[in-house]
Order: sequence, then structure tokens, then C-alpha cells
Amino acid sequence: MQVLFKTAYNDDLKFLAKTGEKVRVGLVVVFLLAAPLFLQNYYLAELGLLLVYAIAGIGLMILTGHTGQVSFGHAAFLGIGAYCHSILMAKGVPFSVSLVLTTTLCAIVGMILGRSASKMHGFYLAIATLAFLILVETLIGEWHSLTGGHAGFAVPSLKIFGVSMTAVWKQYYVDLFFLLAVVLGAANLFRSPTGRSFLAVRDSELSARSLGVNVEWVKIQSFGISAAITGLAGILLAHHLTYLAPDVFGVLESLKLMLMIVVGGLGTILGAIFGAIFVSLLPVALSFLKDVLPAGIGQQAGLEPLLFGLIIVLFIVFEPQGIYGRWMKIRFFFETFPYYRKSSFVRQKSYLKTERMR
Amino acid sequence: MLQVNDIIHLAVTGLAQGCAYGLIALGFVLIYKATEVVNFAHGEFMMLGAFAVLAFSEALGGSFWPAFLLGCLSIGVVGYLVDAQIMRRIIGQSSASIFIITVAFGFIFRSLAGMIWGWNSLSLQTPFTGSLQLAEGLSIGHDRLAIVVATIILVTVLYLFFSRTRFGIAMQAASQNQLAAYYMGIRVKRLVSITWAIGAMIAAMAGALLAPVTLIDTTIGFLGIKALAGAIVGGFGSIPGALLGCLLIGIIEPFADYYFPAVKGASAYIVMLVVLFVRPEGLIVQTFQKKV
Repeated sequence: MQVLFKTAYNDDLKFLAKTGEKVRVGLVVVFLLAAPLFLQNYYLAELGLLLVYAIAGIGLMILTGHTGQVSFGHAAFLGIGAYCHSILMAKGVPFSVSLVLTTTLCAIVGMILGRSASKMHGFYLAIATLAFLILVETLIGEWHSLTGGHAGFAVPSLKIFGVSMTAVWKQYYVDLFFLLAVVLGAANLFRSPTGRSFLAVRDSELSARSLGVNVEWVKIQSFGISAAITGLAGILLAHHLTYLAPDVFGVLESLKLMLMIVVGGLGTILGAIFGAIFVSLLPVALSFLKDVLPAGIGQQAGLEPLLFGLIIVLFIVFEPQGIYGRWMKIRFFFETFPYYRKSSFVRQKSYLKTERMR
Repeated sequence: MLQVNDIIHLAVTGLAQGCAYGLIALGFVLIYKATEVVNFAHGEFMMLGAFAVLAFSEALGGSFWPAFLLGCLSIGVVGYLVDAQIMRRIIGQSSASIFIITVAFGFIFRSLAGMIWGWNSLSLQTPFTGSLQLAEGLSIGHDRLAIVVATIILVTVLYLFFSRTRFGIAMQAASQNQLAAYYMGIRVKRLVSITWAIGAMIAAMAGALLAPVTLIDTTIGFLGIKALAGAIVGGFGSIPGALLGCLLIGIIEPFADYYFPAVKGASAYIVMLVVLFVRPEGLIVQTFQKKV
């Protein structure tokens, strides 16, 4: 186990403190940068999609994992981002301008939504976002003149500063660039007073308020940032899908985002990335499962949501910190080698914590 | 344009629909008050209830009332087990995890129901087939009337249960302060599980009564979200508030669908979002945030 000696005050603010962390993150970044050299186009496109979902996951993670506000409607922001961007591109607006306009729109919508529930307990937000998702889905389906309705909408090809980016490896690098930017931005956010106040609101609104945090404004900010990042993911997703339909951005997609952050590990940026990897590998495992299981069960229409639900329940009951928590335990085991004890991570007995007066 | 008769007709059907939402919302509010868990799977309890009654009625050769009783009881057992086996373990985890797990339950129940009973709509034979003539050209079906009557009966019974019986008062105590209730010797864990069972049973009743109005299929669980919307409009912390909100949503809905067919089915959510925006506490304030 590496013991850290801090020799400067700024050491506390480092993104990566330990040597092992630096090496691991470096290796991953090098792997991602070099991936187009040795991966076939199909796998590269899948990897690009994984990166896009990781961005969306970080968006939701900031809201749900770090600020403790549950949103069941984040697929709506994916949808708004994808549709707004495609419509602007189709009208001839360049990518960079459309990017700014779309993320701003998502942030504003998110802040309005956050404002409506900022004065209440968390679950009002959860339901409001669910209702919002249903509304957005209905609206996209019905607004034929703008969105093409249920017939769908063709996404214009990806062109940045006049350079066509439709080749798979170019698009992959675009995704990678935005993911790295978002990860860096999110990591930076949680070193700043704004980000720290997010965490304070998550852990206890009451104590955050008594320490002078403006809880309502924090929730609105968090919602705005989260919606903007998810909208960005929506933009990139649109170029992967190439053809948009309203039912892509439905409740199941929201559940997928939720599954990502719960399975990955609530409250960590790394968790969102783990979750994205998990969700991307799940269809592979599912198609494998369908072959293995007897036809009566394997071919059932409801198998996918059933497994989604079961995985969420099992993770919340048995490993509430998700894959990230498991990874931490494994690392701890090796770092402290013969001293690891199971009881190091046993949770305390917990009681119902209430923030309500009666 | 709408005639006066049509308006009354829409209002009466809306009222019955609102009562149905109210029945579902009753269960939500009970569970919320006892445990602060918002059970997003409540609509799925309702769906399971309808399916269970259907299954028992087929097994018993078409007799409704025994099937109704058995179906509701079995869903009560499901509700009890959900709390005793799963929800009890995750008390104290972040509220985010708790919402997510109930939504996950909803998906599991829906998939299981689809696998067992199929994805097509089924119909349930009930004794409520006739209709009651209210006035010239205006009648209300017995099926809708049954929902209204059931709501009135259930609310009365629940009121008496909570205000008169030892058990009901213990439940109230546990919902106000769990730790203090423990100290007073109330068996809070069992009590909470029983609250879940009661909530699930009410939902199952709603499902069985709604079955003749809307055919039974796996998607009727989404009515639960509308009931939730109604409960929020009225104020989530109180049973009368929630009922009032549900009635309001039920009455607004048919008119909104008539005038704005484009957003058919989404009007309940619009009303809810507007209310949340203008008056986040709901129309009747019952819960208060702790002030520093």
C-alpha cells in the first residue's frame, strides 16, 4: 500500500494522487487513442457508442450520484439533444454552433425542470422527470412538421468545421474527444465549491442548508449541468443512430441509463464508465443467454426488461456501491495483502433517516 | 360543441376514473407514510391483482367474488414478501437507490406477467354488467359505479381502521417516528410489511374493479403513474389530499382529451407539472420540510 506524503497544499487537489492510478488511467487513455489501429470497423463503432453512453452516464451521475436527485427522464434530454441538433444541422447550421445551441437548450430545459421540484423532497423530482419524459416522447411523436413524427428523421452527416467526419475512426475520435473533455470537466467540477456543495446536498440537505449552501440553487445548477452533458451525448448518439424515432428515447432507455449508474456505482465518475461498459456488454450476454436457455424462456419478449430489473435489484441489495465498490475491494485486497478482512467493508446497521417533519 | 348531457357524461366517467386513480393512490400514500418509500411498482401490483383475479376466476369456473378475495389476498402476500425480503434490507440507503429498486420491481412484475399471461389484452367476467339510468339519455355503467362505491367503502374502512383500532394507531405511531415506536414496544418491521400488504391489496382491488372498464394487459400498470400524478397534485402526505387530486385528474382528463387530442393521455402529467411548478407542495399542504 502506497503511503502518500503531501508536501504542498495543492496535493489535496490532484486528480490522480497515487502512482498506480496514474499508470492505470494512462494505459486506458493510450489504449483508447490507439484503438483504431487494431480494431475492426464494427468493434470500433461499438466502442464509440460505448463512449457516448459513458458521457450520458456521467451526465446522469452528476445529478443522481453526486447530488442525490433522481431523474427517470434523462432519456428525454438524449432525445431533445439528438432532435434539436439534427434539425439545426438539417437547416444548415454548422456543427459547432449547433453544439452550443443544443447544449444550452438542454441546460435551460433542465434548469426549468429542476426549479419546479427544487423546493420538494427528491421523489417529486423523480416523478416530475418521468412525466416530463412521457411528455417529450409524446411531443416528438406528434410534432410532425418539425420532427417527422413516428416516421422518423434522418440525421445529416457529421461535418465539423467543413471537414467530413463520417469515417468510423474519425467519428470515434470525435466521441473520444468529448468523453475526455467531459471526464476532465466533471473531475474538475468536484474540486470546486460548486461541486462540493452538490455532494453536501446529497448527504444531507439539512446540514448543507445550515452550512450556508443555497440548496434550491444547487439543485437547479446540478440539473442544468447534467442536462447539458446528457444533451451532448444525445448529439453524438444521433450521429451513431443516423435515423431518429421518438420511441428510441422512451422509458426503457431511461432505465438503461439508470441501470448504468447503479451497476457502475453511484457517486463516482469511474462508476459511470464501468456502467457504460456493462450496459454495452449486456446485449452480447443476452444473445448468448437466448441460445443457451430453452426456447420457451429464451424467446420471450419480456426477457430484456426482466433481466434489467433483476440486475438492478440484485446490485442494490448485495453490492450497493456497484462495480466500482467491487473494484475498490479487490484493489484493497491486493494493496493490503494479508490484512484484508471482510469486515472492513461491512455496512453499519442503518435506520430510516427522515428529513420530514411528520 | 359539447352538449350539456355530454359534459355530464364526461364528468361522471371522469369521476369514476378519478376514483380508480384514488384507489391506487391510497396504497401509494399508505406505504409512503409508513416507510417514506414511494413505490413506483404500485401500478404493477394493480396489474398483477387483475391478472390474479382473472386466473382464480378461470380456475374456479367463473365465479367472481371468491376469485376477487383470493386474488387480492395473494397480491397482499406478494406485497408482504417484497417488503420482508427486499425492502427491509435496504432501509437507510440513499433515496435514489430506493426509487430505482421499486422501478426495477415494476419492470420485473410486468415482464413476469407478460410471460405468464401473454402480452395480449384479456377480459374478465364480472357481475357488473348492467347500467344505471341517471336521467334521460344519461346512464352510468355498473362497472364504473362499482369503482365509486368501492372507493367510498374503502376510505371509510381505512379511516375507521386508522382511528379506532390498536393496529391502526400503532401504524400511525410508526409512521410519525419509527425509533420512538420501537421504544414503545411496537413491532415496527412486521407493521411495515403489513402496511405493504394492505397497500398491495388495495391496488389489487383497484385492478380487479378496473378490469371490465379497461381490458387487462401488462401496460395497465402505467395507470399507477397517473395515480401518482394525482396524488402529487393533491399533496402526497395526506390521504384526503391524494384522493382529491386523483378525482381532479380523473375529471380533467376526458375534457383535455376531447379538446386537445394531440396530447391524448398526457394531460395528467401536464396538470401535475404545472401544479409542481406553481405550487410545489400540492394543493393541500401536509408535509413540511425541516427548517434550520
